[in-house]
Amino acid sequence: MKFGVVVFPGSNCDADTLHALGDILGREAVYLWHKDHDLKGVDCVVLPGGFAHGDYLRSGAIARFSPLMREVGEHAARGGLVLGICNGFQVLLEMGLLPGAMLRNKNLKFLCRFVTVRVESEKTAFTRLARKGQVLRLPIAHFDGNYYAPPDVLDEVESNGRVVLRYCDDQGRLSEESNVNGSLRSIAGLVNAAGNVMGLMPHPERAVEDLLGGTDGRLILESLIGGRVP
Amino acid sequence: MSAPDRTAMIDDRILKDHNLTRDEYKLIVKLVGRAPNPTELGLFSVMWSEHCGYKSSRVHLKKLPTKGPAVIQGPGENAGILDIGDGLAVVFKIESHNHPSFIEPYQGAATGVGGILRDIFTMGARPIAVMDSLRFGPPDQPRNRAIMEGVVSGIAGYGNSFGVPTVGGETSFDAGYAQNPLVNVFCLGLVRKDKIFYARAEGAGNAVLYVGAKTGRDGIHGATMASAEFGTETEHKRPNVQVGDPFKEKLLLEACLEAMGRGLIVGIQDMGAAGLACSTSEIAAKSGLGMDIDLDLVPQREAGMTPYEIMLSESQERMLMVARPGRVAEVQAIFAEWDLDAVVVGRVVEGGRLRVRFHGEEVIDLPVEAIVNLCPALRRPVAKPRPAKPAGKGAPIPPPDNYTKAFLKLLASPTIADKEWIFGQYDHMVQTNTVFLPGADAAVVRIKGSRRALAASLDGNSLHVRLDPRTGGAAAVAEACRNLACVGARPIGITNCLNFGNPEKPEVMGQFEAVIEGMAEACKVFAVPVTGGNVSFYNDTEGASINPTPVVGVVGLIEDVAQAVRPGFKAAGDIVVLLGETKDELGGSEYLRSIHGREDGPAPGLDLALEKRVQELCLEAVGLGLLRSAHDLSEGGLAVALAESCFHGLKDLGCVVELESELRPDALLFGESASRILVSVRPSALDRLLQLARDRKARAAAIGKVYGQSIVVGRAGFKLVDVTVREAHRAWKNAIPDLFKIHA
Repeated sequence: MKFGVVVFPGSNCDADTLHALGDILGREAVYLWHKDHDLKGVDCVVLPGGFAHGDYLRSGAIARFSPLMREVGEHAARGGLVLGICNGFQVLLEMGLLPGAMLRNKNLKFLCRFVTVRVESEKTAFTRLARKGQVLRLPIAHFDGNYYAPPDVLDEVESNGRVVLRYCDDQGRLSEESNVNGSLRSIAGLVNAAGNVMGLMPHPERAVEDLLGGTDGRLILESLIGGRVP
Repeated sequence: MSAPDRTAMIDDRILKDHNLTRDEYKLIVKLVGRAPNPTELGLFSVMWSEHCGYKSSRVHLKKLPTKGPAVIQGPGENAGILDIGDGLAVVFKIESHNHPSFIEPYQGAATGVGGILRDIFTMGARPIAVMDSLRFGPPDQPRNRAIMEGVVSGIAGYGNSFGVPTVGGETSFDAGYAQNPLVNVFCLGLVRKDKIFYARAEGAGNAVLYVGAKTGRDGIHGATMASAEFGTETEHKRPNVQVGDPFKEKLLLEACLEAMGRGLIVGIQDMGAAGLACSTSEIAAKSGLGMDIDLDLVPQREAGMTPYEIMLSESQERMLMVARPGRVAEVQAIFAEWDLDAVVVGRVVEGGRLRVRFHGEEVIDLPVEAIVNLCPALRRPVAKPRPAKPAGKGAPIPPPDNYTKAFLKLLASPTIADKEWIFGQYDHMVQTNTVFLPGADAAVVRIKGSRRALAASLDGNSLHVRLDPRTGGAAAVAEACRNLACVGARPIGITNCLNFGNPEKPEVMGQFEAVIEGMAEACKVFAVPVTGGNVSFYNDTEGASINPTPVVGVVGLIEDVAQAVRPGFKAAGDIVVLLGETKDELGGSEYLRSIHGREDGPAPGLDLALEKRVQELCLEAVGLGLLRSAHDLSEGGLAVALAESCFHGLKDLGCVVELESELRPDALLFGESASRILVSVRPSALDRLLQLARDRKARAAAIGKVYGQSIVVGRAGFKLVDVTVREAHRAWKNAIPDLFKIHA
């Protein structure tokens, strides 16, 4: 299993993600430069957190035009694994690989803290090591994480079991308070219809070492090591 | 009759506009050998400003100890550098951005972050942590809240996008800051010792490259602005504030570090205050060389800029670098990959002169030595601070009717209340090194690939300093070091940001001198060198000066990050121990201010020898693994430290404390005597800790235990404070967010 971490100008979690996958989980992981047209034979493409192209205009809006995104789109279309973390999730929305859009957080502030999210589906390549209903403690750090999609899209996503993570309290209950950024239906992460592309706002790469406050992020990154769910 | 003095021919108004005195002007004429042209005069104006020239402070700053075995670079460069072993060094500095943050809070604060980041990475280091020391007017006033909101989102906007964690800091409030908020930004970077860079040119003929953002008209005369008082009309100074682009800064960082890492450049200097004027002349002066620059080659954002504007622009995200011979094309290729300009704008030359051409004409021809190093130091008149009133001379302090109520009110006072509203807006985890989240005594950042960690703390109690500048200056150093001791870190270096009023007032210079002397004494006791910092004078608006506000930033090392200690209680049954001694000292306390509306003294005393013993005791106990928690006592005294140890601990874990003392109860609970640390230990470790304290002649007393779900403090069988942790936590947690709720 080889991972490729895309480096856009303005990515700032690229090194953290490479550190988590390479140094901590011991997997082969390489950087992929956004101006190239080469995926270097990776099995899983990770779009990391940060402010790609400064997030000017709109979060993720310019990144979809980076040259490498053509190959990333083709990789996804072939069924290759793609994980978008935070800004990477926003890029996936802008690329149309996942439905919906991100609005400003409901308190109109950047939010950085540990949150709890509930695993809604363990039948994905990204969560196979977790239990359904399991509560994970993961950090968030974003300004635009307030997930929005029209009602029919939400219904479609829900009915196909594509919502993977929801913001919840530490007991796994949903509430307005635990829905930190105001996302519709408390959505924190979802997959595409084929199940090979996932976007999530929390940062699993920040939660892989006890020293830094928790290891729940490993469940997601280690799930990926098994490859696609047949 | 002698010939008329030609220097007298310059208009008073022109001199005033340039913040230069007639004597300074005469000296300039002498050094240049003729009257400077208007562009050259502008250049002297900024380079000889208080901000760049340190002219009022230099004679005093010399008293600070700056040497030590680990010091690679002391004051005088962009930042200080300390050797931390394993081939690594830390680069760190604190800078103020007070004036811009008042005029335009978001951009003022944002570019404050941008500026200090460049100071760090211009030396080859990757910034790994930012902290801020902020001072605002009382937040119950809407205007103060607006400034606070702008400053915090400006810091967040810049640091978050750039990708450096803002790992902590401190914020306090005082009416004196309403018209003059303070924004001091500290940055810590990490560099391989063999990859440190300086502002150097090295050899005549080397190409000078301008890299980064284009030059615009923003920020012209920012440094001069920071060197004068504000009147009632600051609105027209808004164009003096720069606009930040953190995205561009991130690209600049990556491109610069790549060019440095590949050995393509000789030297580099960021363009901060005084922009091109400063960077060109400093690189040349530090190398004993000169520089020829062609302004037509400088990338410009708009047409029609004058040489004066191009030289003095403080547009952000720019650097000046000198390439190694034959490597220009490689540097340019790197910057092109990051979509940045990298243009050869001149050459290093022999002869020590800065010569600047514009549209084919020479517009500047000055000796760089005069610009950079010959700004006269001033010995401004000093009025010794009046000694604080002896205790008991003020009006008597009535004891509160209800200590629990006073305690809750104190927890909700803005200076003491939870600051999550602030640091929750900062990405404090990016780079995945942040071991302690903000709120701990000191920020702790691990060094990847090592067991070691760096710790840092910012401190300065301006009320104590006002009441007793010398002791307050020493206490700022002591408290910063004490915060490090709490987490288990030994201090290795200090940077300071000295925020004062108008230095032309003798009483302000008196405060300044006393603070420096106090700091110097404390630094010697702790054997920590000061490796640089920043002086911000003229923190006056409409004639009123702020409280003297020295902010100390201290950096320390933790040998084994697994041993680092947090402030929160761990388990019921642990014994609560107070290191140090509580005295009858209510003067200058947050309790007096919040509960009694008084700011009288005297400030708490400080016995540096005792302070050192208490800190050594704490460090030894951490090293032996005896401590389950450790927390510094500061604003709000013992009661607040107990509360915070509960809040940072396991959910709802309380404590029961019984105090034996003849002191009045409010001094016991809320007094701010120095040199105290609250720790908790397993019962089995208590004897060992008390024995260590006896050995070290540092007092330690078991005062209670971690127990239940309430904070209970009693004396002689009488309960002074009794409140559930939950209720106390609510008061502390909600105070600041409640102020920002929109009222219907």
